Amino acid sequence: MSLAPITLEAHSLVRQFGRHSAVRGVSLELRRGEVLGLLGHNGAGKSTTLQMLSGVLQPHSGRIEICGFDLARQPEQAKSCVGFLPETPPLYRDMRVEAYLTFTAGLRRVPRGRIAGALAETLRRCGLQDVRGKIIGTLSKGYQQRVGIAQAIIHNPEVVILDEPTIGLDPAQLRDIRALIRELGDTRSVILSTHLLGEVENICDRVEIMHEGRLIYGDTSVRMKAFGNGEMKLEDIYIEITQTHAGQEDAP
Amino acid sequence: MIRLIALKELRSLFHAPSTWYILGGMQLVLGWLFLALISQFMSEQTQLALNPYLKGATEEIVPWFFREIVSPLLMVVTPIFAMRLMTDERRNQTLALLLSAPVSSAGIVLGKFAGLLTFLWLVILFVAAMNLTLNIGTEMDIGLLLSNVAGLLLLAAANGSLALYISSLTAQPLAAAIAAEAALLGPWLIERNAFDRYRFWQDIAPSGHFHHFNSGLLDSGDAIYYLVFTVFFLTLAIRRLDNTRIYG
Repeated sequence: MSLAPITLEAHSLVRQFGRHSAVRGVSLELRRGEVLGLLGHNGAGKSTTLQMLSGVLQPHSGRIEICGFDLARQPEQAKSCVGFLPETPPLYRDMRVEAYLTFTAGLRRVPRGRIAGALAETLRRCGLQDVRGKIIGTLSKGYQQRVGIAQAIIHNPEVVILDEPTIGLDPAQLRDIRALIRELGDTRSVILSTHLLGEVENICDRVEIMHEGRLIYGDTSVRMKAFGNGEMKLEDIYIEITQTHAGQEDAP
Repeated sequence: MIRLIALKELRSLFHAPSTWYILGGMQLVLGWLFLALISQFMSEQTQLALNPYLKGATEEIVPWFFREIVSPLLMVVTPIFAMRLMTDERRNQTLALLLSAPVSSAGIVLGKFAGLLTFLWLVILFVAAMNLTLNIGTEMDIGLLLSNVAGLLLLAAANGSLALYISSLTAQPLAAAIAAEAALLGPWLIERNAFDRYRFWQDIAPSGHFHHFNSGLLDSGDAIYYLVFTVFFLTLAIRRLDNTRIYG
């Protein structure tokens, strides 16, 4: 596993909104064939970090490298290697699923001759064949979420960034999407943020816990489970880690 | 990439029923007024024939139609078609799709502008075709029509760039439309009513540079003005989008 090439590398990312520091010096590394889960409370800086990694937001300082391309210096090459699903799926609600995905494929520089093939493959992977001709605005939330995931993977990117990808899905859809993410993680790199600890347990190889803009804990998910001598539930471990950290911060 | 975004914008314009209502209504009003102008010319024709400085049908009808009717109407409808260009991306949070794609801010803005401009130019071509029907009854001064059309195409580009920039400032389409109406119609009203000693307004307002085209004069100065105006506001829109990346 450690021999797999690094696909995404971030060095000391810092991002402020006015006086508020949303992200304070986050560094992380992602290898091919790895699914990294970013855990944290609301407002911990997860979404901001993912937005910076996908090139939507510029970091105030720090450097991001994707597939060897510097995101600030060679944004177009770097972004061709990334698929991004933001917290709110970026859907044009008046478009049909097929037309929308064709548009996003073109936007992500899939050669014209290969778009039809990529579209068919993505529709199949995301279970969207039955709704391909429907207008996105009329779809249920679960299907909209799937269309959101579909636009992030249609160009078969090296790095897939998913911000809370399983939100609003029913249990059956949840299972399908988790299987899809796992499948993506075998050949690509996936980084996802989540509140759901079950998700981490099921699909992530590695976990990073984020708290107040910093990464406070990072390990493989197997070892995180062993954190409390194997007796604690993952939920308790997570709370223990974040609280311990908060306690350290308060101490003089 | 610019073409892709332009086509998407055109498509979403033509998918909205309101576009067809406005287009239909516009053609109806324009056709009606055009007909009224022709019938007025026909009734005055005998008197005009006595005049040694006789004006032809083209000169009597086309410039007035373009100056008093088409260009103001275009100014009114441009903000309506432009208002959603950027506001919707912010409101529906689809901007992240464009910002995370391998397209520069300039590519995004130019794509949207190209979509809008293609649409506006299509409207102008329909108006030109309407005027061309004069050719059936009389021998037209095609040069005068062409210079009017050229001026209008440039004016539409200038108006469109300003409306697009304003649309990039807010997430509310209605606010963008109202602000763009004010920005387009305000200078036009002042310029229209300004006397010669207030040449300043004629120099500044986009509509002020239409007069030469309107009278059949192709002035490169006016063309350059439109070009600079358009590039200026497109640059501002690109800067605005870059700032979204920087300030969030």
